[in-house]
Amino acid sequence: MINPYSNRKYIIGGIFIAFALIFIIRLFYLQIIDTSYKFSADNNSQRRITKYPARGVIYDRNGKILVFNEAAFDLMVIPQQTKQFDTIDLCSILEIEKDEFTKKFKDAKLYSTYRPSVIISQISSKTYAILQEKLFKFPGFFVQGRTLRKYPQPIASHILGYVGEVDPKKIKENAYYKQGDYIGISGIERTYENFLRGQKGVSIFMVDVHNKIMGSFAEGKFDTAAVIGTDIKTTIDADLQLYGEKLMSHKKGSIVAIDPSTGEILMVVSSPSYDPGLLVGRIRSKNYVNLLKDTLKPLFNRAIMASYPPGSTFKLVMALIGQQEGVLNANTRYPCSKGYAPLGGHPKCHPHGSPLDLSNAIGHSCNSYFSYVFKSVIENKKYHNTNKAFEAWRNIALSFCIGKKTGSDFSYELRGNIPSIKYYDKIFGKGKWKASTVISLGIGQAEMGITPLQSANVVAIIANRGWYYIPHIVKSIGNNTNDTTLARFKIKNYTMITDTNIFLNVIQGMSDAVESGTAASLKIEGINFCAKTGTAENPHGKDHSVFVAFAPTNNPRIAISVLVENAGFGAAWAGPIASLIMEKHLTGKIKRPDLEKHIMETNLIGD
Amino acid sequence: MKRKINIFKSTDWLIVSLYVVLVILGWINIYAAVYNEQYSSIFDFSQRYGKQLVWIGAAFLIALTIFLFDSNFFSFFTWPIYGVMLFFLISVLIFGKETNGQRAWFELGSFRLQPSEFMKFATNLALAKFLSSYNFKIKNFRSLLYIGLIIFIPCGLILLQNDTGSSLVYLAFVFLLYREGLTPYVLFFALMTIILFLIAMLVDKFLIIQVLLVLAPIVFFLLNPKIKIVGIGIGIFALAASIFYGINAAIAYKYSTYYVFFAALFLSAIAILIIANKKRIAFASMIMIFLVSSVTFTFAVNYIFTDVLEKHQQDRINELLGITSDPLGTGYNVNQSKIAIGSGGFAGKGFLQGTQTKFNFVPEQSTDFIFCTVGEERGFIGTVVVLSLFTIMLLRLIFLAERQRSVFSRIYGYGVASILFFHIVVNIGMTIGLAPVIGIPLPFFSYGGSSLWSFTILLFIFIRLDSNRFESLA
Ligand SMILES: [Zn+2]
Repeated sequence: MINPYSNRKYIIGGIFIAFALIFIIRLFYLQIIDTSYKFSADNNSQRRITKYPARGVIYDRNGKILVFNEAAFDLMVIPQQTKQFDTIDLCSILEIEKDEFTKKFKDAKLYSTYRPSVIISQISSKTYAILQEKLFKFPGFFVQGRTLRKYPQPIASHILGYVGEVDPKKIKENAYYKQGDYIGISGIERTYENFLRGQKGVSIFMVDVHNKIMGSFAEGKFDTAAVIGTDIKTTIDADLQLYGEKLMSHKKGSIVAIDPSTGEILMVVSSPSYDPGLLVGRIRSKNYVNLLKDTLKPLFNRAIMASYPPGSTFKLVMALIGQQEGVLNANTRYPCSKGYAPLGGHPKCHPHGSPLDLSNAIGHSCNSYFSYVFKSVIENKKYHNTNKAFEAWRNIALSFCIGKKTGSDFSYELRGNIPSIKYYDKIFGKGKWKASTVISLGIGQAEMGITPLQSANVVAIIANRGWYYIPHIVKSIGNNTNDTTLARFKIKNYTMITDTNIFLNVIQGMSDAVESGTAASLKIEGINFCAKTGTAENPHGKDHSVFVAFAPTNNPRIAISVLVENAGFGAAWAGPIASLIMEKHLTGKIKRPDLEKHIMETNLIGD
Repeated sequence: MKRKINIFKSTDWLIVSLYVVLVILGWINIYAAVYNEQYSSIFDFSQRYGKQLVWIGAAFLIALTIFLFDSNFFSFFTWPIYGVMLFFLISVLIFGKETNGQRAWFELGSFRLQPSEFMKFATNLALAKFLSSYNFKIKNFRSLLYIGLIIFIPCGLILLQNDTGSSLVYLAFVFLLYREGLTPYVLFFALMTIILFLIAMLVDKFLIIQVLLVLAPIVFFLLNPKIKIVGIGIGIFALAASIFYGINAAIAYKYSTYYVFFAALFLSAIAILIIANKKRIAFASMIMIFLVSSVTFTFAVNYIFTDVLEKHQQDRINELLGITSDPLGTGYNVNQSKIAIGSGGFAGKGFLQGTQTKFNFVPEQSTDFIFCTVGEERGFIGTVVVLSLFTIMLLRLIFLAERQRSVFSRIYGYGVASILFFHIVVNIGMTIGLAPVIGIPLPFFSYGGSSLWSFTILLFIFIRLDSNRFESLA
């Protein structure tokens, strides 16, 4: 055999097989074990474009638009798909600083190299037109259509709330939201987010290596259509709202007006306010910081989030409780010597005739009178002990939503406060306190706190003679008038006082106040109404001017609560404002232009 | 007539079938790779798949023509063929068309021809002719010199065309030479060099020296189980190491511990070599030489890489080894290729469903990266089938070569296997990130007339020679 190295065929064959095996192991790893390549492939070749639906439009009770949408565009980037590009050119198109762009681009890369991130949000249509033509120079970048909130009138900012980018916490909680999505942050935008937002859709396109769209993926089989947000009709009267905001200009305070027959909130003013347009689009974060820094707290919705001593409003409730508990009737008389004599003239009172009956005591808002009433309620013989009487008093007050949330559809509604037995036991010791220890509760002072919304609701209850609908700002959602979300606003709620006669005595007092008492100067031609002036003691400065009213006396259509901070006596500022609003709402016009002008032009903030 | 029937009967139809199957699979995958909805017919001659069909037809004609030649023709005309091909190589350098920085193509209208492709079978013929000549002794220096000339003249000319990939193919002849008696050290050191190089690039040099230092006494003990001698060796190293460590400490640790080990290894190597020589322990010398050369080699690779090579050269090598991942930079092609193959999964995405190849994410997808299409659309099943077909072909070639009575035929057969092996390993290897990106086609698969025809000629000359194996020796 002349074939000396024949055995080497095995070595060579072995090497061939070894390489084949190494390759097969490698392929097994690449194709079966490591799944990351599959994901990369989809990302490489698919572009998911989210279709953002327009948010629902919000209307006032008469169909006037409060907020709608306008088109806006976000510049997006998928960092992995970018190539070398002219940063300066892009920045000049976008009219932004290079540093800002560089930072955002870096953030986008940090977030994800293969998922789209927003680089510049809300580009104007003009910039968009220029950008669109040059976009081919910037592979990896694309424009995503969005909508922005737009307000025909700069009103009702606290009611409507605002929309902003969803935060990381929410993204974790709710899979619907993705980075860069918008979400309602306050007001109706927040409460009714699920209706207003609609449903995002997605289009999946195939893209080639140049990021050019080659057509839809799987003939659009996996695309979903965007569902437009549901429109919402509010209970707000835009004209009245605007009028109220004008009256409250240069004043701190709030107005809440409710239609007692339905619980629909006609207007909510919290002053100072802000232009809702300030919190839209690219300017939002800058303006937000400025508004947050403002010492007058324009972002703070006083109408539902500020707690004031209920003061004179509570005297009305005291009058009701006294009668309910059988310790008071229309003819009950108590003396007043510039204060409550049994405790050495405390609480103090202003000069007026003495003694007074219930109606006059309401008309004059007598502190002494309601201190007597409170004492008789707490020392009521039928309970045998203070605690039981106090608990009965407290429960009735709670049934008026004093110190209890009304359950309205406002986000962040404040509970207010009505002290409990436990609380006083802690302060004074068990059994070591009695009516005279906590006497100022009778005139709605001390630890008591109530929001202007709760105050208006109390007035609505009195106007209705004992019942109320939960105050609410949304009338209907979409075309569905029987939406279950709103069902709770259609249930009549009764207080613990159901005898209408008890209410009539109080109403008589409120009516007298307008006819001949503290609110006599605020009469509205041709309309009988009931009111109660008051002053809320302010331990931090000048007292707040308070005024509650409902009109007309019979079949009332508006119950209103006005509070002007640091403005002194109720009839001075809060009264005229309430009177003008009722006149406007009931007659559609104002016959007292001088008063209106005077109120609008007066600056009570002092800057 | 009688002779023709003999040829028909004695032709190895298995290898012919493998060839036809691979060519057709290649054509179908080219169709999938460059599929264009506008020209969806696979017979559309304006598209690459249509053209490839023409090249395939021509290839079959070429194969048939080869069978018309007398089997002695190739042996007889080896040198003229080699000469003519060299002439083409030289003339392409002068008259060729430059594309992508390479001067490797002749252009006749729309038709392009790459002479370097055809040089392969000519060189293979020349080697077979020379090695099978009477009096040939592979251990003879003069013979080795001639072999070197036969291989490196075309290799050098192709390098001048700036086509590094094609010139590297000639390294494959090491298998042929090994089979014909070349010292196994050449093959062994070639493989060792590649492995050490990869290790040096991937692993920290300090770790390498530590592992080798631990392995050396273990290997010695396995070969020559005498504790005492192992102990002496370790003792010598420990002594040397502590001396150098002391020196380094004295100069406030100016050098890292790596250099202490390095110097200690050299010193103890000399000592052990002297002792081993006296005591006639051959293993010890062998192990120490291997140890020192391995460490020196990895050190050199490291040094050359960081201090000699330029940035873009470093990038190329790094990308191959997966050290730095820069998906859109130098590693782009390989990364996209791996994504395409990896996304195929077990069964693939289905015919024409490959998103990566279809939308041009993979570069050169019908030529150098055709294997991606197989991987993406046919999955693991497809890649294993194709790889198996190639491996069966290679093993069949060895089998056929070994059954030749003519030395010329046997050597030529091994040459065919060597060249195909090199192409397959490097081409598939680069698509799965195991070999550098050097643009050489996948035999029978890749788009292009020149490469298909040259592989057809290469293979069918051997099939023709094989069909004649029963005739008298040439
Ligand atoms: Zn009084």
